[in-house]
Amino acid sequence: MNLLETINLKKYFGETHAVDDVSLSIAEREFVSLVGPNGAGKTTLVNVISALVSSDSGKILFKGDDITHTSVTERVEAGIARSFQIVNLFDDLTTFDNVTLAIFSRQGKTGNPATLAHLDHEVSAEADAVLGQFNLTSKRNERVRDLAQGERKLLDVALAYALKPKLLFLDEPTSGVSTRDKGQIMDTIASVVRGEGITAVIIEHDMDVVFKYSDRIVVMQQGAILAQGTPDAIRNNDQVAMILLGTSGPDAFTRKD
Amino acid sequence: MKNNASRTGPSTLLILACAIPIVIVLVALPKFVDTYQTQLLTYGLVYAIAGLGFNLLLGYTGLLSFGHSAYFGLGAYSAAFMVRYFGVGSMEIYILGGLLITGLVTAAFGYVSVRHTRIFFGILTLALSQVLWTLAYKFFWVTGGTDGLRVPFANLTLLGGLIDFKGRDAYQAFTQNYYYYVLFLFCICTILMWVIVHSPFGKALQAIRDNETRAQFLGIRIRRYRWFAFQLSGSFTGLAGILWVPLNGLVTPDILYWPFSGEIVFMTVLGGFRTFTGPIVGAVVFNYLKIYAVASTAYWQMLLGVVLVALVLALPTGIVGTLSRLFGKFRKR
Repeated sequence: MNLLETINLKKYFGETHAVDDVSLSIAEREFVSLVGPNGAGKTTLVNVISALVSSDSGKILFKGDDITHTSVTERVEAGIARSFQIVNLFDDLTTFDNVTLAIFSRQGKTGNPATLAHLDHEVSAEADAVLGQFNLTSKRNERVRDLAQGERKLLDVALAYALKPKLLFLDEPTSGVSTRDKGQIMDTIASVVRGEGITAVIIEHDMDVVFKYSDRIVVMQQGAILAQGTPDAIRNNDQVAMILLGTSGPDAFTRKD
Repeated sequence: MKNNASRTGPSTLLILACAIPIVIVLVALPKFVDTYQTQLLTYGLVYAIAGLGFNLLLGYTGLLSFGHSAYFGLGAYSAAFMVRYFGVGSMEIYILGGLLITGLVTAAFGYVSVRHTRIFFGILTLALSQVLWTLAYKFFWVTGGTDGLRVPFANLTLLGGLIDFKGRDAYQAFTQNYYYYVLFLFCICTILMWVIVHSPFGKALQAIRDNETRAQFLGIRIRRYRWFAFQLSGSFTGLAGILWVPLNGLVTPDILYWPFSGEIVFMTVLGGFRTFTGPIVGAVVFNYLKIYAVASTAYWQMLLGVVLVALVLALPTGIVGTLSRLFGKFRKR
């Protein structure tokens, strides 16, 4: 059974068809990349599925249930988590506090005003484990605003991961970081996601990253799905190469000139 | 691994190391100062409880209420009504009844207010508080109007009737005993608030303050938590109002009027709303500033205004925020 299914999903902003009749299925444990030129509607599609913006029409099914009209928190509780293109963290809290918040929330403990958070050793241990998985242990007690961009990106994903989601959306997790850090960040994310069997949908512009880590690639253009398939199929799709690179041919994605 | 130094100030151990000597000094103080100074300090502690409650909203949840006079006044009027209409003299009954009434009204006002944020929240809280002020002002046959309602200390009992204030030196006895009563409740409130802001709930409030969208995407129910914070905040402020009324002996609609809400805001900002202890220090300092400004000149409001503007310009993070920063620099050396 598909974990997520969108049926004829639409989101228009005036004349702009940001998401235009998108029907997409994501299977459990898949690692799917969403690619396309700027303005193709990738982020809007994720925003609609995660309830940051509402859809105009169409349906969203998650584990077979219709979640089209549920709130953000209901979707989080159902098992959908996301990171953000522009890092979205609690800048004045420490790295550790950021992660513990996610764990407290998942465990339904954030409504408790009567116990000291730092005395919950179970949560602290789990938070430390998450920080370890994302190579952020050395930054445990630093305020998030003082972290480097790459570390902030990782923490953004770590927060979503700490919710133990079934489906994780990662919106450009390597944007704004150096090429050297990009590989490290993606290796870390991929190992955590694959290791835990989480279904992941990643929005990414770097096609090397996309080809290396994806099970399937979905190409969007002007709000609609243009093509989808395995990395090899997309690599050899001239129409996709033309749209993404402005060139085509058998080695369009590997040529460096 | 170095200690977690949060932005809210020094570590727990350091706070305890400072708090214990301060409490000892506060306990000993009435033996060394006169009745008037004891009374002033009692007022300061009462306002500090209000400031603690107010700062749960401003400092920890990021909501600036301009209507906290409503909850302070509600607490005060609740106690006054119990005296006037039911002849109650027990402070503990004032507290229970007052908290119940304040809690109910805070829940209703909060439910309406937390649907909005920023200036809209501020204006709503202000408007709602002015509704109560108008009721107190216009329904004079119930509230006494501008004459107010008297709450004489002579009829008051503390600790379920164990302590009363009859006979010789009753006023001195009241001032001393009531100071300790307020000090005890102040300590309880401070500990309670400390636990609240360091609890998972307190962390969630800080998350809502810093980044509402992300908090939502962690599954935190923003509006519900803001509402809960509003109720806690109003209840603390209501308790302060209940404690204030026997000390003042009279409650009038002034305590519900918007300038008093402004004073609560000012106390908190003066002490430092980004720190836990800021509202406590701010309340005590503001109380002294106001008392001495009133005593020095007929233009006390202007004098107070100038002093407060100068303090805010010179110490934008408040008294405690500035001291914390200086202490941090000193430690680094």
